[in-house]
Amino acid sequence: MQKITSRHFGQENSHKLENYLKDEGYEAARKALTMTPAAVIDEVKKSNLRGLGGAGFPTGMKWSFINPTNSKPRYLVVNGDEGEPGTFKDKYLFEQDPHLFLEGVIITCFAIGSHKAYVYIRGEYLKSIERLQGAIDEAYRAGYLGKGILGSGFALDVVVHQGAGAYICGEETALLESLEGKKGFPRLKPPFPAVVGLFGCPTVINNVETMACVGPIILRGAEWFAKLGCEKNGGTRLFCISGHVNKPGVYELPNGTTLREMIYTHAGGILNGRTLKAVIPGGISAPILTPDQIDVKMDFDSLKAIGSMAGSGGIIVMDDTTDMVWAAMVAARFFAHESCGQCSPCREGSGWVYRNVKRIYDGEGRESDLKNLPGIINNIGGNTICAFGDAITMSVGSYVTKFRSEFESKIKQPLVTTH
Amino acid sequence: MINAGLLQQLDKIVARYEDKQASLLPVLHALQEERGFISLDSEQDVADYLGIPVVQVHQVVSFYHLFHQAPIGQCHFSVCQTTACALRGSEKIIAHIKNRLGIKDGETTPDGKFSLSVVECLGACEIAPIMQYNKEYKGCLTIDEIDRLIKQNG
Ligand SMILES: Cc1cc2nc3c(=O)[nH]c(=O)nc-3n(C[C@H](O)[C@H](O)[C@H](O)COP(=O)(O)O)c2cc1C
Ligand code: SF4
Ligand code: FES
Repeated sequence: MQKITSRHFGQENSHKLENYLKDEGYEAARKALTMTPAAVIDEVKKSNLRGLGGAGFPTGMKWSFINPTNSKPRYLVVNGDEGEPGTFKDKYLFEQDPHLFLEGVIITCFAIGSHKAYVYIRGEYLKSIERLQGAIDEAYRAGYLGKGILGSGFALDVVVHQGAGAYICGEETALLESLEGKKGFPRLKPPFPAVVGLFGCPTVINNVETMACVGPIILRGAEWFAKLGCEKNGGTRLFCISGHVNKPGVYELPNGTTLREMIYTHAGGILNGRTLKAVIPGGISAPILTPDQIDVKMDFDSLKAIGSMAGSGGIIVMDDTTDMVWAAMVAARFFAHESCGQCSPCREGSGWVYRNVKRIYDGEGRESDLKNLPGIINNIGGNTICAFGDAITMSVGSYVTKFRSEFESKIKQPLVTTH
Repeated sequence: MINAGLLQQLDKIVARYEDKQASLLPVLHALQEERGFISLDSEQDVADYLGIPVVQVHQVVSFYHLFHQAPIGQCHFSVCQTTACALRGSEKIIAHIKNRLGIKDGETTPDGKFSLSVVECLGACEIAPIMQYNKEYKGCLTIDEIDRLIKQNG
């Protein structure tokens, strides 16, 4: 299996510049700087790279939304907030291959004409922050950052920005607010960040892993990258597998690999020889799947086609001992905890959903609780400023739809559980 | 009052941003690192330093859970309760900490030694159950490990 973004993981001192340079380090940046920005964007478009933060938006197309005639400064903001439960890959990239990431940042800034990039890293990731700052310092000293990069006329500064603990800051416009020194309240869109982003200037926001793919695309070509993945979703991806599996961890696999292969071949199958009951395929916001659905190919379009989403690439596996009302309660609690409170359907609705599901789990649920639950859940999505509201509806709603009988039996009989 | 050493550090932080207010989060981090928590007086110091209204500073301090508005214990257990950790037994660990220390989520023991925060996904689900113990991540957490830390610091 060809490894690209994880190829240095586990090697000694993989985060050091001297080691990165031994494996064609900064050759991609050198090549990009001899191309035109338009040619770089075109190459990324052809590679079918899609944003790996969750939404799967085509990366080259996103870059092309920056209007070249706008004279304001432009910014690249990298989303390293990594808060989507089940997701932990960006941490590996920061800790183990910060130069691969940084090289992608340089190329991206060159392509969009930005001279300043901010990398927003979740506040708890202290080692990531330290490793990336170390790499940035090395890169400045070696002439990969600063003025006249690699002898070209291109200049770039990169600033690491530490978050402070709020899931919602992973939403791109909340992240911009947070970066501007405010509460992380998502903005109404439009205007989109490509037009009015950081400090009111045109801004591209990309995920950490998206950045890590850019160097290899430029060096080896769009066609090579596109072929690694599947149709309209090029390349490999860092899938994060956790929960009831024998070998939880990060696995770099081609987009389009089946979920079955990921769970049973790569992650070593279900813990303690038990059987699979349910699996979240793309972070907690993604609707849950049942065992009959795991032959799905793991790419943005295939998961969408079966009513779920590839999201952040975080796969959480649940075995047959899992109480699904309990699992729904854990998810609902997360959403109730992390709603930013800006819009009332989400602020109030997330609490209602949690209390309702908890009542059912605690064996205090009435028939009316179960009857009202889908309505309460469905009233949140589609009525809010950001996609967090939709996530509540899709995620919690999927437990109720797919495991309805477990909810029903909790209403008929009081609590008996192992958790 | 911000002392000279901290002031120098803050000036360096502010210089990285094109807009002074944008440095608020890193400035608060630096201040909390030095003072342990962010008091109302500290909020005023930051407001004066950055030239922004103190209510803005206060809103930010209260929005983000990594900023402490009151002193916290020398040993701070931030235990994850989200799905991947819950599937691997985090509820039992949280219950055990509450029991042993007689504190609830968000509380500190009267002797100021231990604090508990129950948090959402820490981005380390591969080593669930996990907690952040002061600055360090501790994965594959067990009740024995908790007992050991309590004993060592009690
Ligand atoms: C509630 C919410 C949380 C999000 N959290 C993250 C996150 O932690 N990291 C991330 O890269 N994207 C996150 N996103 C997606 C971002 O809004 C954005 O689409 C992404 O960073 C764009 O980068 P990409 O195109 O490279 O994927 C989140 C979105 C929502 C609605
Ligand atoms: S949907 Fe929820 S999280 Fe998003 S802006 Fe509204 S209240 Fe905040
Ligand atoms: S769910 Fe606990 S670290 Fe992710």
